[in-house]
Amino acid sequence: MTNFSYFRPGDLNSAIGDLITHEGAKFIAGGTNLLDLMKENVERPARLVDINQLSFNSIEETEGGGLRLGALMTNADTAYHENVQNRYPLLSHAILAGASAQLRNMATNGGNLFQRTRCYYFYDLATPCNKREPGSGCGAIRGFNRIHAILGTSDQKPETACIATHPSDMCVALAALDAVVRVTGLAGERTIPFADFHRLPGDEPWRDNTINPGELVTAIDLPAKGFPQYYAYIKLRDRASYAFALVSVAVALEIENNRITDARIALGGVAHKPWRKPDAEAMLIGQAVSVADFQSVAEALTEGAKGYGHNTFKIELAKRAIVRALQQAAKLEPTP
Amino acid sequence: MITYVGKPVNRVDGVAKVTGKAKYAAEYKVPDLVHGWVISSEIAKGTITRIQTDEALQLPGVIQVFTHENRPDLAWFDLSYKDQDAPPGSPFRPLRDAEIKFSGQPIALVVAETLELARYAASLIRVEYEVENHETEFEAHLSRARDPKLGLASLLKPPPPKPRGNFDEAFAAAPVQVSGEYVHSAEHHNPMEMFASTVVYEKNDKLTIYDKTQGAQNSQLYVSQVFGLSFKDVRVISSYIGGAFGSGLRPQYQLFLAVLAARELRRSVRVSLTRQQMFTFGHRPVTIQDIKLGASEDGTITAIRHDAFAETSRFEDYTEIVVNWSGMLYPIPNSKLTYKLVPLDVFTPLDMRAPGGVTGVPALECAIDELAFKLGIDPVELRLKNYTDRDMDADLPYSSKELRECFRQGAERFGWANRNPQPRSTRRGHTLIGWGMATGIWDATQGPARAEAVLTVNGKLRVSSATADIGTGTYTIMTQIAADTLGMPIADVLFKLGDSDMPLAPIEGGSWTAATVGSAVKVACEELGKKLFKMARKMKNSPFARANLDDVLFADAHIRLKSDPSVAVSLREIVDQNGGHAVSETSTSTPNFLKLRKYARSAHSAAFVEVEVDEDFGTVRVTRAVTAVAGGRILNPKTARSQILGGMVWGISKALEEESVLDHQFGRFMNHSLAEYHVPVNADIQNLDVIFVDETDTIVNPLGVKGLGEIGIVAMPAAIANAVFHATGKRIRNLPITLDKLL
Ligand SMILES: Cc1cc2nc3c(=O)[nH]c(=O)nc-3n(C[C@H](O)[C@H](O)[C@H](O)COP(=O)(O)OP(=O)(O)OC[C@H]3O[C@@H](n4cnc5c(N)ncnc54)[C@H](O)[C@@H]3O)c2cc1C
Ligand code: SF4
Repeated sequence: MTNFSYFRPGDLNSAIGDLITHEGAKFIAGGTNLLDLMKENVERPARLVDINQLSFNSIEETEGGGLRLGALMTNADTAYHENVQNRYPLLSHAILAGASAQLRNMATNGGNLFQRTRCYYFYDLATPCNKREPGSGCGAIRGFNRIHAILGTSDQKPETACIATHPSDMCVALAALDAVVRVTGLAGERTIPFADFHRLPGDEPWRDNTINPGELVTAIDLPAKGFPQYYAYIKLRDRASYAFALVSVAVALEIENNRITDARIALGGVAHKPWRKPDAEAMLIGQAVSVADFQSVAEALTEGAKGYGHNTFKIELAKRAIVRALQQAAKLEPTP
Repeated sequence: MITYVGKPVNRVDGVAKVTGKAKYAAEYKVPDLVHGWVISSEIAKGTITRIQTDEALQLPGVIQVFTHENRPDLAWFDLSYKDQDAPPGSPFRPLRDAEIKFSGQPIALVVAETLELARYAASLIRVEYEVENHETEFEAHLSRARDPKLGLASLLKPPPPKPRGNFDEAFAAAPVQVSGEYVHSAEHHNPMEMFASTVVYEKNDKLTIYDKTQGAQNSQLYVSQVFGLSFKDVRVISSYIGGAFGSGLRPQYQLFLAVLAARELRRSVRVSLTRQQMFTFGHRPVTIQDIKLGASEDGTITAIRHDAFAETSRFEDYTEIVVNWSGMLYPIPNSKLTYKLVPLDVFTPLDMRAPGGVTGVPALECAIDELAFKLGIDPVELRLKNYTDRDMDADLPYSSKELRECFRQGAERFGWANRNPQPRSTRRGHTLIGWGMATGIWDATQGPARAEAVLTVNGKLRVSSATADIGTGTYTIMTQIAADTLGMPIADVLFKLGDSDMPLAPIEGGSWTAATVGSAVKVACEELGKKLFKMARKMKNSPFARANLDDVLFADAHIRLKSDPSVAVSLREIVDQNGGHAVSETSTSTPNFLKLRKYARSAHSAAFVEVEVDEDFGTVRVTRAVTAVAGGRILNPKTARSQILGGMVWGISKALEEESVLDHQFGRFMNHSLAEYHVPVNADIQNLDVIFVDETDTIVNPLGVKGLGEIGIVAMPAAIANAVFHATGKRIRNLPITLDKLL
């Protein structure tokens, strides 16, 4: 761990201003990810700008009939919020499938978006990792890659290879719900559709998302449509709680007269970002629930999936999870 | 008078532990303490060509960086580095030279005024290596397997017995055969408390060391020999231990480094390891086992072959008893058992709860289940059919063996009789439900130990022995034994341990502490009782003037005439009559080897398990488990039950979750954090039930106890794997059974 200075701004402008004017400065919210990474020397911020005094810690109605989740609201308060539980139960379930009660009490919604991969090599300075040290190589690709990605990986050039996953549960639900991320930077405020917030590793695996330096997430907007009736979140992992997803699936359906009228499927634990595929989702539209071909949708969603040895099982596991989640969401299967 | 022994007495150290009064090695406040931070090797094999420490040393507050280049001269011979649990070979010496023998090897210690500074300074140190090819992949080097070197360790861990009968012929002739290869991964102990040593530098170069260890005297011996100090100048204290599971049986390298720094700097030094560094020393070795069983149609097992291959380091031959159990559990006339080692570029493996037992027995017990299935015989039935009251290899009867009762009571509590033998016969939606069972066995041993019993000036009893309590309840049961032996109220008895100044006790492990130290405590208290009685008899107007020791009993802090308990002298009076001086007695208890030699001595268990497996996802949950234990006399049902529950939880862990994964590109364990090294969480644990069957044993030791630290874990992994087979029809011989293996 390196020495760092610490600043706790009282308003948004000084938070952004301070971050921009100090080289190597980083925001800190709940600290549940950043501090761990600092202890391992993976992150070495020169300054911590503690944003916990800022006022983004509420949940409000939006004009469009949706909800605005403050970036500094904790994961626990969000998941147990009445409006979230009633109108966006998928999100509530996904959040509660993550981490542990203690962590969720500290973790913030903003921080959750930025949490970094759990790739073992990323965490261990003794091994190469393009994400941590651009150009050093990818330790995982020929190593122990049980928890790694099967979709959208970068594996062609050694100096940009990366098969890491984004580990969040919350983000999988947010992706399915078409949430919008609100950020503010020196240039003012902008919104980022959730699908564009995280990115695939491509030629720059060290970049997790599309945020610009100095931009701060202030809120996450949920559209009016919350799929409170037909939804499912399945998380498969190595123990019953307190483990990251090997594969997770968020499904949200709209069903009218036994026909599927809207369908969202997002996968977690399989890619560098929550994985969605609109054309696979479209296959479901208009299908009758009772005879819908979920298997083909699962095939389409995982098309092009590639295993790297230890994680090859995820391809089949993901398909089975997609089918089960669709069945649960459509109420063809009981939800445990 | 038996008032406390056998009763569910609460932990005497419980309040201290939950209120934070119990201090652990890294928690002692010491004036002028400086802090060390260990730098670990990033490569698995090679040579350090350069360590650049200038930048770190320039920071104000950084005191020194110790490396192989500037370490002082230390003991020359390997012998000086051998602790009481050292296997044959040449013990690892931290900072000895530039050679790297394993990934994570400690290569430097940064010492600074604060912990934060030491840690930061450590990040500034640049190390250059000349890398050599390492060999860490066990399977790839099986061809190098060889017999273990024999040494003193083989007394406690005997090599496999000589073959019985003729396996090859018997197996070839057996109408029913099964064979399989069983594998389990490396595991690290990962106790909650990290290894730490606080070395207090005192006047005249004396050292008082707070160390995390399962043997204060073992650490004392090590430090004295390595640094050429006399015992009286090295005192090691280890009052409380936040779990160890065997990892504290050998002094770990932070002790060496902290002492080295303290002596060089003439200052008090503390060194704590990080969780990541907890993966850089001993571990349960990766083991591959081949088992072949032959039986006749009626289920009589006629032939067994059990070959085990385990990893060790390049410098020491760590061994454990893996295959011998196969010769003990079943009376198989033709058996061939072998055990071989493959040295790799890793640290020496280390005893971990039920070392060898929970490796070999689960493999055997899965094979027995396979045989039962093939024969179409109920698994309990098959075990009863091949039951034995003799250890065939030692050719001795068991001192006691109530395993039959474990089967009976366990099966009954579990409802085993309702089992449909057909795999995949029970389901609920996508959930397959399976039942499995297995046997467990573990040694019941006793060693020599000493204890001191003191009747203090205020009439209280203080007993001590240099043993350890790693959370098992040693404090409590010793207090119970002492209180009963001298008829004292438990509140007036104080048992102390974990101090090298105390009477000699062996390292705490192998489930032998209750028997070993318990016997010593009993003897010391009895001897003190004799002394007190003599003193009472000599008192003026003593009511015991004409009584013998046999005529009196010790109760309610008095010596009383058996024939008329109202005739009594209080222990307090004896102290008063003794001029207000405490009365003490130190004695040794030695096992009665002549008697013990005529018997085999083991604790046994039977585990019954229900699992639920999602047939699509392969996720396994243990929904119900019953373990019935025949463990001799139960000194304290409460702490005993906790021991068995802990063992069962670990059995679940071993069967389903736990695994240290080594990346052979780097020769390094990669999942070195508790986020990625999985052990069960509360949500994984459902209904666990423990039964202690009555077992009277007048032979094992004067207390009749067998020790319960390990027996709870031994039977569980196979019971779970067998239940998974019953649920799914899939036989997984490679632990842990993670979901991918069932897809
Ligand atoms: C052992 C363990 C298990 C876990 N298991 C799970 C799990 O199963 N599922 C799951 O989803 N998560 C899991 N988590 C991760 C947890 O959800 C995240 O650590 C948490 O959400 C991060 O939030 P935080 O507020 O603590 O972020 P911090 O650690 O404070 O910050 C993380 C990063 O986000 C940046 N940041 C924070 N807020 C903002 C903002 N408003 N604008 C811009 N940048 C910002 C910081 O600069 C930092 O780089 C686990 C964590 C741990 C330690
Ligand atoms: S997968 Fe990505 S994060 Fe992991 S080692 Fe490779 S580059 Fe680094």
